Amino acid sequence: MDPSDVLHDYRVDREPYYRPQTDEVELFLAAYEKRLPVMLKGPTGCGKSRFVEYMAWKLGRPLLTVACNEDMTAADLVGRWLLDTDGTRWQDGLLTLAARHGGICYLDEIVEARQDSTVVIHPLTDHRRQLPLDKKGELVQAHPDFQLVISYNPGYQSVMKDLKQSTKQRFTAFRFDYPSPDVEAEILVRETGIDPATASPLIELAKSARRLKGHGLDEGISTRLLVYAASLMAGGVPAARACRMALVDPLTDDDDIRATLEHAIDALFP
Amino acid sequence: MPCSPDPGSAPPDTPDTDRLTEDWRRRFDCAFDTAQSIFADCLTAAQEQLGGASVAAYVDAARFLCKLGRGAEPVLAFLEGWPAIGALLGPGSLEIVLAWVRTIQRTSNGDVLGAFFQALPATATSLGSRELLEAYLELLTEVAQRSSVSIHRGHAILPSQALPELVRIAPRLLQQVNLQGLRTWAAHGLRHYARNPERQAGYFAMRSADSRALFQSQRQGTLLRTHERPMDLYLRALWDDPVALISYSEAFDELRRPQPYADARGFHLPDLRVDRDGVSGLDQYRLILAHLAAHRRFTRSLTADNVSPFRRLCIETFEDARVDTLLLKRFPGLRRPLLALHPRPEEHACDPARESCIRHRLTMLSRAILDPDHGYRNPLILKFTGAFHERLRQTAGDTSDMVELATEYLIESRLPSDAFANIRFADTEVPYRDDNRHLWHFIEIDDASDFDAASGPAPAAQSSVVYHYPEWDYTTQSYLADWVSLYEHLHPRGQGEDIERLLHKHAPLVKRLERVLARLTPQDRERLRRQEDGSELDLDWAVRSWIDRRSRRTCDQRVNQSFRQVRRDLAVSLLLDLSASLQDPVRGGDSTQTILSLAQEAVALLAWAIDRLGDPFAIAGFHSNTRHEARYWHIKGFSEAWRDEPRARLAALEAGYSTRMGVALRHAGHYLSGQKKDKRLLLILTDGQPADIDVSDPDLLLNDARQAVLELERDGILCHCISLDPHADDYVRKIFGKQFSIIDRVERLPERLPEIFLTLTT
Repeated sequence: MDPSDVLHDYRVDREPYYRPQTDEVELFLAAYEKRLPVMLKGPTGCGKSRFVEYMAWKLGRPLLTVACNEDMTAADLVGRWLLDTDGTRWQDGLLTLAARHGGICYLDEIVEARQDSTVVIHPLTDHRRQLPLDKKGELVQAHPDFQLVISYNPGYQSVMKDLKQSTKQRFTAFRFDYPSPDVEAEILVRETGIDPATASPLIELAKSARRLKGHGLDEGISTRLLVYAASLMAGGVPAARACRMALVDPLTDDDDIRATLEHAIDALFP
Repeated sequence: MPCSPDPGSAPPDTPDTDRLTEDWRRRFDCAFDTAQSIFADCLTAAQEQLGGASVAAYVDAARFLCKLGRGAEPVLAFLEGWPAIGALLGPGSLEIVLAWVRTIQRTSNGDVLGAFFQALPATATSLGSRELLEAYLELLTEVAQRSSVSIHRGHAILPSQALPELVRIAPRLLQQVNLQGLRTWAAHGLRHYARNPERQAGYFAMRSADSRALFQSQRQGTLLRTHERPMDLYLRALWDDPVALISYSEAFDELRRPQPYADARGFHLPDLRVDRDGVSGLDQYRLILAHLAAHRRFTRSLTADNVSPFRRLCIETFEDARVDTLLLKRFPGLRRPLLALHPRPEEHACDPARESCIRHRLTMLSRAILDPDHGYRNPLILKFTGAFHERLRQTAGDTSDMVELATEYLIESRLPSDAFANIRFADTEVPYRDDNRHLWHFIEIDDASDFDAASGPAPAAQSSVVYHYPEWDYTTQSYLADWVSLYEHLHPRGQGEDIERLLHKHAPLVKRLERVLARLTPQDRERLRRQEDGSELDLDWAVRSWIDRRSRRTCDQRVNQSFRQVRRDLAVSLLLDLSASLQDPVRGGDSTQTILSLAQEAVALLAWAIDRLGDPFAIAGFHSNTRHEARYWHIKGFSEAWRDEPRARLAALEAGYSTRMGVALRHAGHYLSGQKKDKRLLLILTDGQPADIDVSDPDLLLNDARQAVLELERDGILCHCISLDPHADDYVRKIFGKQFSIIDRVERLPERLPEIFLTLTT
């Protein structure tokens, strides 16, 4: 362990399992080569965060993830003054940390953050690649290895929570979707060890639920939930019970939809 | 009363049957030739089925009916029908019926007896027990009393028109509802058409739409109407094939029971399904849909010309079986309900010497294909079951494979008796299957396909949308289904500038409100300084506290700052009563000022205020002219901006008709519940209590409005009433509980309305 490696805790040591859907790995490598900021779009639980983790491992860069939320302020990203025994002390935020020491900063679900907090990323995402810390009076020049990745889910948020055009137009984008049925089956088998024959009705069920999007469901069943269900089943929980627990109840409180999905479970698992 | 000298005992026992019959005939003592002609046969039937003393009672009762003076019909129907009824309901039932006959005979309704005895066999079969018969007769007595027209509240003079209709229709209705349901249905008819005998008779004859709707609500089972959404979701989710669902009723089709079917308009399903064989009504609907959707996916249509009916039946059976097999392959969990509904005919139940067994045979074959444990031994069935599965082993097969198989099967299994008119139907109807009309197309020359196109232009777009809402009937504690027809219109436009002028008129008030509003308008993000915990250091306070500490004074720990979101999450709907009383001039005001014009001013001010605050709001007006014509005037929708268009509509407000509040509340609530907000507020501005010209009981609409408010509260909508009637306390409290404000001095309305709104929402 190198004591000078400030970002040691953020390194990805073990290869995460990621099953490429198309050529996204090559494209990401190309974008990183030019240090272009990257935006990942797609429904929840389709593998966006796993992809970033995998790319960080592949590139050997530390990954600093910020889960954005409404209460997040610019100070959380950039840094703030703190008090200690000798007076005030400056504490770098995660974005500053990544920019100073050369990591991949991943702002997950960026639209959840308030728009005025996210404008601080602007100077880092164009030709300047610098981060002004106005409260400290410092201008951080980004490390050559630094890259910014953001993710957002265009599906369910309201118009109020869309990204500003000025933010959008600073990124290259990957559009993610749920994997194709055979890829998804492969993922389930690989992640949980269930046999492929059990995986196929699960995927059929997910397809059914995804068709209800916009008819009372905000989002279809994600691959992540499918993995949950499959791991419950691999652990010995009966199929119908596992599906209800992992795929129906988390998804909806609408009685009609629940009844339809439960019927689908009964119909698919004899 | 029977006049025989010895009513209880049987006539002397002699071996001569003719003489015996003669004795009975003498005791019967009836002058109608028609009755005499059937007497001997009916007597034999009675002796077989009733026996002993009951026969004597039977003949005495017939004699009594003969001498009532109501013609031959009652006695004829009684003679023919009673032996079976008496056997079914047991001893004692005759006395009950005769007691009722004596009661009704004394009223003006005695003529109903003919129809009564005609319908009695079928009614008794549906009722099935003596106790229920007794209760049914009580119902008839009540209907007779309450539907006979009386004059000067004295004796009934004119006979009831409703009673004969009820007596005639009861057997059919009792097949679908229990006696309690029939009683509720009849009670509605008695109450709601109490003053209109012709329409009441129409109700009891099931000729009016109300009658049908109310009857439907009494039927037991799963109603398609209430499950349309789950069905739609089901088709979407499991089949990715949304198709329109259209319901047909099985209740009113007497000749034959319609089957589900698919055509260009969509899937046609029965309106109601009762649980059977352990399969819930909902699951039955899903199975029907699954079968139809599977047909749509897997079936190719065939030319029907030159295909014999038997061959068609055969092909349909094979195709149905194929579609079901593919269905089960895809959804193995449907096997249990599907097999529970599919009949399993006994192998030797049909005798080919006496009846046509074609349907029986085909149903067995279909069962054998779907159910591996069918247990049939017929070699042909086993052979074709094997052949069927062989064809479907590799591929999904297609319809033409089934045509070949079906033709082979028909040739090999043909029997001379197949052509008999007497076809065995028992155990051959598969309830979830459709009539396969989509499978066949006919090549017809000179097809009049232009006919529809030439039948005239499509009706012009309607300017109103019709909704049907139920109304709460507090006397029976139940909803009257689809009772009120509500027409929604866009309110006509007037001069938008008038509203501007009104605001100018209230300039001082506007100025005062503006100050209040400025305070209330959300700042969105508020900074909270001097916090012990916070997101950031408040540098000013931190430095001050640091200095305190260095100079050894007590230092203040509150050196952080944080931010707070300030947001109003509220949707408001404002409902205006536009009944005729709003045109009354304001007491003490100048003659041109009506309550309506004041309401206009008040609403203009309120709308201006809400608009300033940025809350989404809608405005609508309502009035009604009987339950068939409730009007809902759209003035401003949630998504419309408060600009010229809605202002112009507000300027053109007009008043008329009555106040049917419940339906308007329900409709406004319908729109408001679509707003995804934390708080939803429904304000209703009214000047009197709910009333309409077709309702004589003032409590009815009052209770309906109360019920509507409760419904809205259940959906998370707060209702608040602003009443302009100074004496409203009593009834407004009944409807709205504590949620009301009364404005005693109407002229202060423009000032009070925005105030009330602001107090409610801050």
